[in-house]
Amino acid sequence: MDEVVIDAAGMHYTPLNREIRAAVAAGARRIRLENVLGQRFIANGVRGDVEILVHGVPGGDLGMFMSGPRIEVFGNAEHAPGNTMDGGEIVIHGSAGDAVGHSMRGGRIFVEGAIGYRGGIHMKEYEKKRPVLVIGESARAFLGEYMAGGTVLVLARHGGPAVAERGLGSGIHGGEIILRGGIDPVHLGVGASQVALSDDDWARVLALVREYARRFGIDPAPLERREEYTRVVPASARPFAGKYAWE
Amino acid sequence: MCGIIGVIDRSREPMDGTAIRRALSMMNERGSGEGAGYVVYGCYPEFRDYFALHVFFDNIHETKPRVDELLHQWGRVVHDEEIPTWDLPRLRKVHTPWRYFFRPDTRLMPRSTTPAEEIVTELVMRINTSVEGALVFSSGRNLGVFKAAGWPEEVADFYRIEEYEGHCWLAHNRYPTNTPGWWGGAHPFNLLDWSVVHNGEITSYGTNRRYIESFGYRCTMFTDTEVVAYLVDLLVRRHDLPEELAVTALAPPFWDEIDAMEDDRRRLHRALRLTYGSAMMNGPFAIVVANQESMVAFTDRSKLRPLVGAEHGDRLYVSSEEAAIRAMDPGITRVFMPRAGEPIVGRVVA
Amino acid sequence: MSPSIGSLPPKYRVTVDPDRCMLCGRCVENCAYGAFRREGDRILTNSRVCTACHRCVAFCPRDAIDVVERPLDYRSHPVWTRGVREAIYNQARTGKIVLAGMGNALDYPMIFDRLVLDACQVTNPSIDPLREPMELRTYLGKKPQRLELARRGDGEVELLTELSPNLCLETPIMIGHMSYGAISLNAQLALAKGVTAAGTFMGTGEGGLPEPLRPYQDHMIVQVASGRFGVDIDYLERGAAIEIKIGQGAKPGIGGHLPGEKVDEAVSKTRMIPVGSDAISPAPHHDIYSIEDLAQLVRSLKEATEWKKPVFVKIAAVHNVAAIAAGIARSSADAVVVDGFRGGTGAAPRVFRDHVGIPVEAAVAAVDAKLRRQGIRNEVSVIASGGIRESTDVAKIIALGADAVYIGTAALVALGCRVCGNCYRGLCPWGIATQRQDLVDRIDPEAGGLQVSNLIHGWTLELMELMGAAGINSIESLRGNRDRLRGYMIDQALMDVLDVRSVGA
Repeated sequence: MDEVVIDAAGMHYTPLNREIRAAVAAGARRIRLENVLGQRFIANGVRGDVEILVHGVPGGDLGMFMSGPRIEVFGNAEHAPGNTMDGGEIVIHGSAGDAVGHSMRGGRIFVEGAIGYRGGIHMKEYEKKRPVLVIGESARAFLGEYMAGGTVLVLARHGGPAVAERGLGSGIHGGEIILRGGIDPVHLGVGASQVALSDDDWARVLALVREYARRFGIDPAPLERREEYTRVVPASARPFAGKYAWE
Repeated sequence: MCGIIGVIDRSREPMDGTAIRRALSMMNERGSGEGAGYVVYGCYPEFRDYFALHVFFDNIHETKPRVDELLHQWGRVVHDEEIPTWDLPRLRKVHTPWRYFFRPDTRLMPRSTTPAEEIVTELVMRINTSVEGALVFSSGRNLGVFKAAGWPEEVADFYRIEEYEGHCWLAHNRYPTNTPGWWGGAHPFNLLDWSVVHNGEITSYGTNRRYIESFGYRCTMFTDTEVVAYLVDLLVRRHDLPEELAVTALAPPFWDEIDAMEDDRRRLHRALRLTYGSAMMNGPFAIVVANQESMVAFTDRSKLRPLVGAEHGDRLYVSSEEAAIRAMDPGITRVFMPRAGEPIVGRVVA
Repeated sequence: MSPSIGSLPPKYRVTVDPDRCMLCGRCVENCAYGAFRREGDRILTNSRVCTACHRCVAFCPRDAIDVVERPLDYRSHPVWTRGVREAIYNQARTGKIVLAGMGNALDYPMIFDRLVLDACQVTNPSIDPLREPMELRTYLGKKPQRLELARRGDGEVELLTELSPNLCLETPIMIGHMSYGAISLNAQLALAKGVTAAGTFMGTGEGGLPEPLRPYQDHMIVQVASGRFGVDIDYLERGAAIEIKIGQGAKPGIGGHLPGEKVDEAVSKTRMIPVGSDAISPAPHHDIYSIEDLAQLVRSLKEATEWKKPVFVKIAAVHNVAAIAAGIARSSADAVVVDGFRGGTGAAPRVFRDHVGIPVEAAVAAVDAKLRRQGIRNEVSVIASGGIRESTDVAKIIALGADAVYIGTAALVALGCRVCGNCYRGLCPWGIATQRQDLVDRIDPEAGGLQVSNLIHGWTLELMELMGAAGINSIESLRGNRDRLRGYMIDQALMDVLDVRSVGA
């Protein structure tokens, strides 16, 4: 069994996920979901080495707790795709809502277009497990707040600023946010500081840029100017330590 | 709490209730089956000059005569009837929904510039606070609110919503926490031409309520959303603020943003916050407000609730979820997310 | 220390009686704060660093140590209390939010202590738990409203209703969520051994499930909190149940910081944050800003674990707790945990600890009443926590409508904790609230486990006696049975909330 096709039209998410799990258990390499419209929790907590193609607009929490599969969405995604995701990949041919990659622990998310508020909030990392969130256009306020690890990359392909709203990296204490086109310092959050990219940083970014370009079939050349990028990192490991005193 | 959707056809092309019923049911995960409702603008063209008063009666023999009497004191009822409904096994008809088409006698409010509206507002407040067993839940011209405790599709079928047509619709799928699921607590909330659907919770309600009541409004529905309808009425109808500025007063920029504005704008925004500080709504919300001419949707200042907009020709859609819009109109061409506090505005051009 | 304010009166004075002292040095070894040092043939003390944890006292073979609280008082004043004055000095010096350990320290009336229990006399017999069955078994989770039955061909009745997953407790006493990181691995191991022996459950807190705890996973409720530390599909599947923590009674409405001092290599690994950084649990879950978002997370967790695990939702007891609980009951959640404002904590802003939230007694009574009024009491179990100190508190809160309780501080006290309130410093001399290995080693998980199970066992026996005296032999008959409570010097408004009558009535 190589490819399984599921027509999700009018289907509730629980039987849909049951069919996905059954297909994975039966050894499917690829699962094609047709006519998806608003079903939440697709591939939640699913493990394994499988590709899941989503045709339509999936509902919230796409791939939450997922550990392994590669999801490709041909449409926009709603609230919090990749929420608390552990491993695998989500590629979105479109835009996504708020809280994309919330508390992500591993794996990669590529969003072709823009994302909403609070993207990449509370991402984590440990040793080799480093989540990555790449956004083609822009992100709204509170991007990468409380980040403890991982990489958020915003490519600003739409021509405007990558982030033009408040709270960028508030409380960041690990990981990095990389923006093409820089940022107005008034939008930097508490505990976030702006630094230049090192050679290592650039190598990492360039690989992600090319990966993004490959995923969405675009020419990476216009995105490969190192001087356009800026990196936001924690100013300290304890961003809020200055707020409290002990009794 | 909840899921919301709204649509306006800017060329006033009418739509029946089929699509919005389908769209609202798409968001059943956002509701709890304890409240749903619809408002349609343009649904009573034959009575377009009359205020359509929709009333829940607990008991038509006991309470209705008192409402009849009040209406006859203040104007003329040209037609009234029970709102047609289907019996449904799962929706218990705890109230009898009734509608009056009413024209107030404007001579009775000689000093007002909008005497008809004043009379209707006064009647709504008076009935809702003093006639036990009667609740006016819709009071505008050529529009109607249809709501009850139940799932969206049940409420739609109960009111035969597919039979109504209008150029603007709002609908709401409720998940109550602050007040139990009762018919009056379902959305939309309406006063005169204004209707509101709301997702979220207004943490400033205690302030907003005391503020709006100082202008003679009375909050009777035990829910935070009601206050939005009155605030919009106050700001736009009585205080003449343009809709965009009314939204700004309700969900203003943060002070650091105001401080960074150039002089004229800074003065305006500062004045708005000083004047309407008690009208400012705090907490998470996405709200859609409509009247005959327009539909305005906006979120709180930090965008704590979802809101998606989409267009298809003259039709502008807003909703908590893109999937709901697509369920209503798969042909949408542009999907977008507004910024926090920034309104999506759709106005009829015809 | 500020040059102009100078130093404040010491909190404690430690003295060593040289006549009794045998210079064994145990106090020097045991004090993690450095209050003792030996010079020549004397033990000298530094009272300023003392926390009154009593570790020295407990291990002094000669009872030679004395710890006196507030040896030097301020001029007494009913308005300008010591606490108020010291907070001002602190903030004048630092300009910061004052953090404090342990639970609510203000002198609010204790409702538990103004409720009295009932006993049988003459009209019905008390039950003797020594010789009669006394059932404390408690199932936590959704119960059906009614049963669907079919009659088979052979005349037997067949049950068609499928029951939701429930946790089965042999006693209605569980241990609440205290995370790995906030407390030590050995402390968690002791609690785990204790609940396993007692046939009940404990919470993991938000620090993941370290490998040594996995043998006890069938007795562990795994927590998903706003920091999402340690949460992956493996963790969710291991737990007997999953609990979403929305709020905590000790600090409703705000998040938590595990101070960087406690984030060592192992904690860094389970939480996936840098070593030495503060582990930040934000105030809200950033994917829950509304009740329908909570329903979404509940269902997401259920979907990820294929609807096999009960999902609990813990909230702090706040003004509108009953309506919130009713919303939670409709979210597919299986239990709601109501955490009262006396709940403990490693660290909370003093103003929150003392002023935000409501007592668990009133909260549980209101939640139970609201759920019954809306006909959804069977949709969720109600777990009470926050300030449960002894078995009578358990009996009273169950009579007010709870299904079971979580204890926290009481379980730590069973491990030696003296409620000194310095958990945040990471130097707990009892090996509980610390990650320093030499201190952690002070807890023997076996012995600690026995202390914990002893405590639960002792309370369970008392509970049986109390129920027996009231003529009740099954915990179901105590649950929500407010007739078996009377209020003593409680005002009428509160009596109405509690739905109890006055003593004598």
